[in-house]
Amino acid sequence: MSLTKAQIVENIQDQTGLTKIKATETVETLLEIIKASLSTGENVLVSGFGKFCVKDKKQRKGRNPATGDEMMLDERRVVTFKCSGKLRDKIN
Amino acid sequence: MNKLELVQALKDSNGLSKPEAEKVVNIFFNEMANALAKGDRVEIRGLCSFFVKEYKSYTGRNPKTGEKVKIAPKKLPFFKAGKELKERVDR
Repeated sequence: MSLTKAQIVENIQDQTGLTKIKATETVETLLEIIKASLSTGENVLVSGFGKFCVKDKKQRKGRNPATGDEMMLDERRVVTFKCSGKLRDKIN
Repeated sequence: MNKLELVQALKDSNGLSKPEAEKVVNIFFNEMANALAKGDRVEIRGLCSFFVKEYKSYTGRNPKTGEKVKIAPKKLPFFKAGKELKERVDR
């Protein structure tokens, strides 16, 4: 079973008394804030959950695993996640 | 950006009261944490997905002293960025 946005919205509705429309809108706004922050290169730190970090990767040589051809991979920016100690304890 | 700033930004852009915004942020991350604690997958379209990966016990080394240490089996959440997030961060 996989947790999706729809279930989170439902839970927010139940626990806050917001309407479905408002709860959906709020979750979308929250997601947009997180994405906007990360896309400016700013990390998002959620205490008790973890840290979403933006990392710059350098250009490097790689290989196409299917053909074995060498190719240059351009520098890029990626998001990584570092789990907090609390979440880690909860999962284990 | 930390959780407080997240709450503030949500409050400012959505006309919620501060306690409401705080509640939404807490529920959002708690739900994900609870799902992972049960071993369930989490999939938030456009942002990311998580699943729990199990690591077996292995013998590692303390990088400082070179001493052998036994690492107990553990579970960790594995993060995968969503398509939209990936594209927006990389531009």
